[in-house]
Amino acid sequence: MENIADYIREGRKDDWRLELRKSMKAKERTSLERVQMPEQDAVERSHNSIEVNLGIAEQMAVAESLRCLDCAQPTCTTGCPVGINIPKFIKKIEAGDFLGAAATIKETNALPAVCGRVCPQEKQCELSCFYTDKLNLPPIAIGHLERFAADYERNSGKMAIPNVAESNGKKVAVVGSGPSGLAAAGDLAKLGYDVTVFEALHEIGGVLKYGIPEFRLPNDIVDVEIENMRRMGVKFHTDFIVGKTASFELLREQGFRAFFVGSGAGLPRFMNIPGENFNGIFSSNEYLTRVNLMKAAHEDYDTPVLSGKNVAVIGGGNTAMDSVRTAKRLGADRAMIIYRRSLEEMPARKEEVHHAMAEGIEFMNLHNPVEYFADASGRVNKMRAQKMELGEPDASGRRRPIIIEGSEFDIDVDTVVVAVGVSPNPIVPSSLKDLKMSEWGTIIVNKENMQSSIPDIFAGGDIVRGGATVILAMGDGRQAAAGIHNYIQQKVKAS
Amino acid sequence: MNKIIEMEFFSENVAKIVLEAPDIANSRKAGHFVIIRLDEKGERIPLTIADGDKDKGTITIVVQKVGASSAKLLACKVGDHILDVVGPLGHATKIENYGTVLCAGGGVGVAPLMPIVKSLKEAGNRIITVLAGRSKDLIIMEEDMRRYSDEIVIMTDDGSYGKQGLVTAGMEEIIRREKVDKAVIIGPAIMMKFGSLTTKKYNIPTEVSLNTIMVDGTGMCGACRVSIGGKTKFVCVDGPEFNAFDVDWDQMMMRMGAYKTEEHTAYEKYLNTVQENA
Repeated sequence: MENIADYIREGRKDDWRLELRKSMKAKERTSLERVQMPEQDAVERSHNSIEVNLGIAEQMAVAESLRCLDCAQPTCTTGCPVGINIPKFIKKIEAGDFLGAAATIKETNALPAVCGRVCPQEKQCELSCFYTDKLNLPPIAIGHLERFAADYERNSGKMAIPNVAESNGKKVAVVGSGPSGLAAAGDLAKLGYDVTVFEALHEIGGVLKYGIPEFRLPNDIVDVEIENMRRMGVKFHTDFIVGKTASFELLREQGFRAFFVGSGAGLPRFMNIPGENFNGIFSSNEYLTRVNLMKAAHEDYDTPVLSGKNVAVIGGGNTAMDSVRTAKRLGADRAMIIYRRSLEEMPARKEEVHHAMAEGIEFMNLHNPVEYFADASGRVNKMRAQKMELGEPDASGRRRPIIIEGSEFDIDVDTVVVAVGVSPNPIVPSSLKDLKMSEWGTIIVNKENMQSSIPDIFAGGDIVRGGATVILAMGDGRQAAAGIHNYIQQKVKAS
Repeated sequence: MNKIIEMEFFSENVAKIVLEAPDIANSRKAGHFVIIRLDEKGERIPLTIADGDKDKGTITIVVQKVGASSAKLLACKVGDHILDVVGPLGHATKIENYGTVLCAGGGVGVAPLMPIVKSLKEAGNRIITVLAGRSKDLIIMEEDMRRYSDEIVIMTDDGSYGKQGLVTAGMEEIIRREKVDKAVIIGPAIMMKFGSLTTKKYNIPTEVSLNTIMVDGTGMCGACRVSIGGKTKFVCVDGPEFNAFDVDWDQMMMRMGAYKTEEHTAYEKYLNTVQENA
């Protein structure tokens, strides 16, 4: 990844870029207002599963692209884990070459329509944008523009696939089809490898399918990006658990020369408080999987879900927001966030918190559940909560929540979703005796090339990080793909 | 897509299904289970593997009609395809030479018990098997079991076959008669609860295989969680077999009833569609 800077610089001196830069004064550009993402009406959307953000129109995208100064030393790109050539794709939009913009993004990002929707741009590219950094103005809406380019291309019927090198016939296995696995598969396919992605579930996409709800990321959009990867030659094998359905050893015998493990953080955490196993209390993974993957809310699908009128969601991350907004859409009268710190410390994206508030979600910040009670059938009917206050900052830099003694009170609930984090899934690691693991159950890798203690096994995403974002997982996948490429080339040279 | 190669009805509501699943047939061991999804709209159901054939690339499952999904499965014909079959899941049974092992199976629990009995026999154990059911037509796989058991006792609630009485009566008779070193009990939760209360009285180490509600079966959702020795465990990745004396049976039974109303409605709906199409 050392030549990212060269990759970004390259092309800045092309005539069309020079002309665009000359066409408008920097002062004029910086005086333009940032585009606002149109949204579905809050009341209406809290009763349907249609996407909340509606996307920006062509003229809005072009207007926004004018704000970008095409900096000589762009800083936005340093905030992108997959190294998108941000200035180039934005200037392509300014030039009206929307398909070209999409193609530029796809040079380094296998899932542009996904990232344009779910990346926390405010913490990445947009945080390091010149506008944020130096001008103290709202950053270029890089995320909205990325989504625009990807959506434009998809709707144009002219989906292009990136250049794929001639097949080298070498087989590589990708374990898990979430964001890190798909990113790794995309890059390896581009390099000419014969890539097979193995997925345990019956659908490709991992957390993009079972976790993130339709109203934030429609499944159809994920499917289009996966179809694109199929066209690049990537093979997908669902219902296949590497380490269970077939061992790593067996796959080696079948000719797989290296593995990328992106099996995710699929092991929900509970709080281990009394009554937590009553019916109607779910992990966020279960609740969201029933609704998103198994389509429990659809009359004609067989999987049920218990979702009642008084729903409490424990936690303050994006998954908590997804769960509580899902509960509202499934008909909850009261859908509450119970979070032990204050709004300021909340790890969820600001946009999600803002959307949730507009939809009528109640935020009970500085509260923590201590016990659950149930009716005679075992269905939860009450949550005992205690109030918290903030003390000194802890190791995470956030102010530590402290219990206010004697502050307990009961809240009526019939459904509880526990969204307090996940641990790494144990299936792959437990099938490999020699794999070095951390005490938290994550796979230990060399950060440079994502190689594990077993030379032909590379890993990335939540199985290494223990719980992060789609884009960081994708960055890992790309880095591992480069690591795998090096590893196989060296092996070939040595033999 | 997994083709149904063979179907054999033990009774109106219980059938053995042999499925094409070469990878699973190759890697499965006693105690493993699979998750199946019949069609696009189907739910994911966990089923313990009853048998397998590496050469033919098949696995065997036994299904009892308890609701809409199992009824749909039993309505399949040889040659039909099951959309998704994934596995083998869970930990395999720990097989050792314990000495004399008492194996008790109730209802369709006899199916998952079958490969365990076989493996234990191959490991040199003396096997005494108790098969139990409400009535004669609910006693299944007797012939297969007989092949790997040194002795077999059959118990029916109504006395229509074997001896009349509950599984616990049959177990206790054997325990009083001779030294039993280990017990394995698989069946409905209530049967495992009382079966293990019996073996506990005599301090016989006892394993049970739990069949809780699951969604993914890979540790991801926690629907299958049970309290084992006061700690929450996931049946799919920590089990499905546990020390019987550590299981909080009442909590497990409560959790298994979580969707009672929904299951009932779904079954009614299924019966209506079947009638309409008939």
